[in-house]
Amino acid sequence: MTTPTPQILPLGLDGILVRFADTLSDAANRAALAFRQELDDDRPKGVDETATSLTSVLVRFRPDQIRRAGLEDDLRHRLERQDWYQAPLPHGRTRWRIPAVFGGDHGPQLDEVADLVGVRPERAVEDLASAELRVLALGFAPGQPYLGFLDEAWNIPRQTEVTPEVPRGAVVVAVRQVIPFANAAPTGWRQIGRTAFRCYSRDGEPPIPLKAGDSVAFDPVPAKDFARLEQTGPLGGAARESIE
Amino acid sequence: MTGQLTLDKAGPGLSIQDLGRDGGMGLGLSRGGAADRRAFLKGAALLGNPADAAALEMTVGGGQFRVDAPTRIAISGATLRATIDGNALEHLASYALKPGEALRIGPPDTGVYGYLHVAGGLLSDKELGGRGRHRIAGLGPDLAPGDRLPFGDDPEPDAPPLRLSPDQPVDAPVRVIPGPQTGLFPKGILARFQDTVFIRSPRGNRQGVRMDHDGAPFATEAQLGQVSDFITEGDIQMTGDGTPFVLLAECQTMGGYPRIGTVIPADLHRIAQARLDEEVRFRFIGFDEAEATWQTDEDLYRSFRKAREPRIRDPREMADLLSYELIDRPDPDGAG
Repeated sequence: MTTPTPQILPLGLDGILVRFADTLSDAANRAALAFRQELDDDRPKGVDETATSLTSVLVRFRPDQIRRAGLEDDLRHRLERQDWYQAPLPHGRTRWRIPAVFGGDHGPQLDEVADLVGVRPERAVEDLASAELRVLALGFAPGQPYLGFLDEAWNIPRQTEVTPEVPRGAVVVAVRQVIPFANAAPTGWRQIGRTAFRCYSRDGEPPIPLKAGDSVAFDPVPAKDFARLEQTGPLGGAARESIE
Repeated sequence: MTGQLTLDKAGPGLSIQDLGRDGGMGLGLSRGGAADRRAFLKGAALLGNPADAAALEMTVGGGQFRVDAPTRIAISGATLRATIDGNALEHLASYALKPGEALRIGPPDTGVYGYLHVAGGLLSDKELGGRGRHRIAGLGPDLAPGDRLPFGDDPEPDAPPLRLSPDQPVDAPVRVIPGPQTGLFPKGILARFQDTVFIRSPRGNRQGVRMDHDGAPFATEAQLGQVSDFITEGDIQMTGDGTPFVLLAECQTMGGYPRIGTVIPADLHRIAQARLDEEVRFRFIGFDEAEATWQTDEDLYRSFRKAREPRIRDPREMADLLSYELIDRPDPDGAG
């Protein structure tokens, strides 16, 4: 496998995209997270906002304060300074343990997913619960994370038929990734569980609890606990600790 | 003084909007805000409101409104047919609105997104730093008839009636800059894209507008297998069947379809306001030319503030004024 090279691309009149790969990989995601941290620690003049997607960093700037060409040069120098694909994950991350119910009414497609993975449903839940996942990016809805990566066996495709609606908190899987849904929405991913954790809550402190780069593990709980967890507040019983 | 705006009728497409929520791209939240930012800023400038004071955005549905305290209003954007107690209002002009008067707003004659601004701005609750409705993010209220929206202090209560001149119609192609995936499209496709006359499709909303055309789709072979990445307002996204969608204020933060280019901010309002069946052409320009068009919201707002001029009052508005004059006038022949 050849090492990809970062590309500097325009995204709108006030944006530059630093893209670390065209296809999703662990290395490209880590590079994006680390490079964004670099820009936030030492922010170039005229830059208003930085953000990461799965494999890119968005740099939004004020064209009345800095020229695109000058900012591109600055970014190029920073890219050349080190091998970002080997960079450690950023500091200030949080480790989350999020309770979720798997299978049954809360995970109607668990059996189907276990079949595709090639294990029994109990084993699929164990596999998923033992994975230390990373918030690869937040997107689609406010605060909603793309979590990865599960083992290669979980590289299962999206469904050809879209599920018309999964509920808020649905835990869905596809292509080695897991998403707890922020809102009820249609999806091509398969629902294997449900959590009372809210990706966004107006009254939460902060309203969006997860950050790109955070570590997430799911704690399987019995179905009878779900209603109780929903009463515990926007975090739905999730526990967090800082990663040193 | 502050007061409340009551929505006696609220047509579909009525929503509170402001300049959106900045800084949320990494959280999955696109900026959102007024679909026609330029028009929105004009309305704010007319009343002397802060540039980001919240207002009502409406499309074909219009609405009917009243206030419980005197204030001033202005309409910007699409040329909505508006009346106060039956008297037609000039577009892009400020008017007094008093308790007991009915402000009726109908569908637009031209354009798609119109704005009703109230002096002092609408003071609905802020959520994630903004008041605007962002439907796909689930932020901001859904409005319904009977709702009452508080508004703030009139920043210029003694201002005379003011107006702004409308923009001159532009026939030139909508200007486009290259984006991250322009290079995936063969040169021939890029040339044909610029030679094609597009028609605004009925399929459009605050997320984006489809542009229809006759002829072959604008496909790229590199279409599939691209990882989802950031998208931005103005992006011209080629959907699976090679039909362009121009993304507007309420687009997602990430998408997987390839984009042929990005409409520059100075021209995006032309797409937002294009009527059904309106013809639109696109032309690629370089970054130097594009950057010369860059104006911040503050720049635009200031230029609109400067361009305000007194509105000569229409005699139809002066019905009761005339009666005041008769009372005050000295009796010409002293007969009493």
